[in-house]
Amino acid sequence: MRLEKRHQTSAAALLLAPIGAVLFTLAVSSLLVLWAGAPVGQTYGLLLQGGFGSVFALSETLTRAIPLMLTGLAATVAFKARLFNIGAEGQLYVGALAAIAVGGLHGGTGFALPPALLFVLMMLAAALAGALLLLGPALMKAKLGVDEVVTTLLLNFIVLLLVSWMLDGPMKDPTAMGWPQSVALMGELELSKLIPQTRVHSGLLWGVALAVGLWVLMKYTLLGFDIRAVGANARAAAFAGVKVTRTVVLVAMLSGALAGLAGAIEVAGRTSYLTLDMSPGYGYSGIVIAMLAALHPLGVVAASVFVAGVLVGADSMSRAMGVPTYIADVIVAASLISVLVATLLTQYRPRWR
Amino acid sequence: MTEFFDILANQAFWVAVLRIATPLILGTLGVLLCERAGVLNLGIEGIMVAGAFSGWLAVYLGAPLGMGVLVAALTGAAFGLLHAFLTVALALSQHVSGLGITLLATSLSYYGYRVSFPKVTTPPTITPFGEMSWIGLPILAQQTLLTLLALVLVPLIGYALYRTPVGLALRMVGENPQAAEGQGVSVAAVRTGAIVAGSSLMGVAGSFLTLSAFNAFFFNMVNGRGWICVALVVFASWRPGKALAGALLFAFFDALQLRLQQSGDALLPYQMYLMLPYVLSIVALILVARKASYPQALMKPYRKGER
Repeated sequence: MRLEKRHQTSAAALLLAPIGAVLFTLAVSSLLVLWAGAPVGQTYGLLLQGGFGSVFALSETLTRAIPLMLTGLAATVAFKARLFNIGAEGQLYVGALAAIAVGGLHGGTGFALPPALLFVLMMLAAALAGALLLLGPALMKAKLGVDEVVTTLLLNFIVLLLVSWMLDGPMKDPTAMGWPQSVALMGELELSKLIPQTRVHSGLLWGVALAVGLWVLMKYTLLGFDIRAVGANARAAAFAGVKVTRTVVLVAMLSGALAGLAGAIEVAGRTSYLTLDMSPGYGYSGIVIAMLAALHPLGVVAASVFVAGVLVGADSMSRAMGVPTYIADVIVAASLISVLVATLLTQYRPRWR
Repeated sequence: MTEFFDILANQAFWVAVLRIATPLILGTLGVLLCERAGVLNLGIEGIMVAGAFSGWLAVYLGAPLGMGVLVAALTGAAFGLLHAFLTVALALSQHVSGLGITLLATSLSYYGYRVSFPKVTTPPTITPFGEMSWIGLPILAQQTLLTLLALVLVPLIGYALYRTPVGLALRMVGENPQAAEGQGVSVAAVRTGAIVAGSSLMGVAGSFLTLSAFNAFFFNMVNGRGWICVALVVFASWRPGKALAGALLFAFFDALQLRLQQSGDALLPYQMYLMLPYVLSIVALILVARKASYPQALMKPYRKGER
């Protein structure tokens, strides 16, 4: 088999390819539903209903989409520059740690600063913590040629152990009956709810605003141009006068900061304290979302709502049908692979010869 | 300090080192085969989960242990074939394809486990491989057949890579695919073969966990071992002998941190000891960074006739 480049790709094909790919994935996944002994139509119906079918379902989906949006943006900006940051999971957790360190109720009281100032400090600390965590791997890549994939992956495990240690010791909530959880965030620092009686919080606005901001940055600024140039061909970019190391470092700071903010916003918007299971792999899902969105910041918003809807829908479907919730993870992972293939086929034509 | 020497003088410690090293040796050899042919395989973490689950399930359903290992190898090979289709035939990003396969293999295994055992609280068990007491060598006598397999594979793969035409072709497509194609070697066929073979080794590495080290399947049981193998290959500069040495060295530190953790008067929080293996992997990568001789075509997709 050989691939031949298509001269032009229609806009319709570009739009239909991901939709077709997701439908294909659902068709294949229905075999797994049958294995679990459940009727396919009803299972998918309940999944859709549980993710998008009511105000409550939609509010839960949007709540889940917030951290995914931010880690998706973190992956998008890094992958655009071909910096393969697989460490968003760790960056999210250090962001959450930093948020608690600044805004937590240590010893029953927090820092005696005006809440508005403290809120800004908390978000800055979280962004900085995430950025610094990725700075190491980025510098190691730029200066020593150490592959950032492995270092960022390994850092995820180190950070999770660090969090575990913090929750056992310095940041432990003494009132949590020995449960490993951090002290709570000061009430004034929590994000407000967007819809009463639901869990959707103003973190959603942060996510959308940052997506728009990143889109503007990528499309209309010099830094955005440099990022795209370095991602397309680092040697050519260097030859054209782009400072490659500087760009990679800036991208790393930006990507790490976005993932760090995801942690702080999750704490301030949803949980109000930090636990070891706060993120069920949001960092890794962010990579899937970035790829589903074809590395387009605005596409990340849509892709994160889709993935969150599948995850939330599977939770409620599973309770009714007895199909394990892992079906959602299978659908998301298989969607990633089939969307990649479908997108490629819009650009290349297979020739059998 | 005396405590440190007490640990080293204990034979059980060295038995543990070799046991911890076994899945790392198998996994590292698997990554090595893929990368020597020019293809990064980040699917390893998930393929190890799938191998651990499928091999264990086969044995649980009544297959002999050897058949369980074979099932794990075939599972690995199937995911390897998918990775080869995506990265070789379609020339998609090797990073993204590998991560996608890790997510897919992991979630499929967890789904399969939950479908097969919807309401278990304690994981069901099997009878794992027994110790090779017949072998008559200390330390090795307390290991299982899979450890022996891992140790035998090291010189075997070394020989195949450096002394056979197939090995030459494999290294060639990893260094200079254009030149290989010019010599009449099919880059696509050799890379596909290498990925499938490497991935089946990753599957076997996973099955060691459920068929030898433990007797049941747990969630998160692979716990980053796959990623550590990816780091170990760099540390070993893509040579099988050094891969064995690296895996043993790594297992030595892992076993040591376990003993120090258990030694009662632990000076540090236990999490610090658990961090050690991951920190060491990063340190190892930094130490070898200057002289790491990556296969020249690693991570470079090859499309025939395209530059």
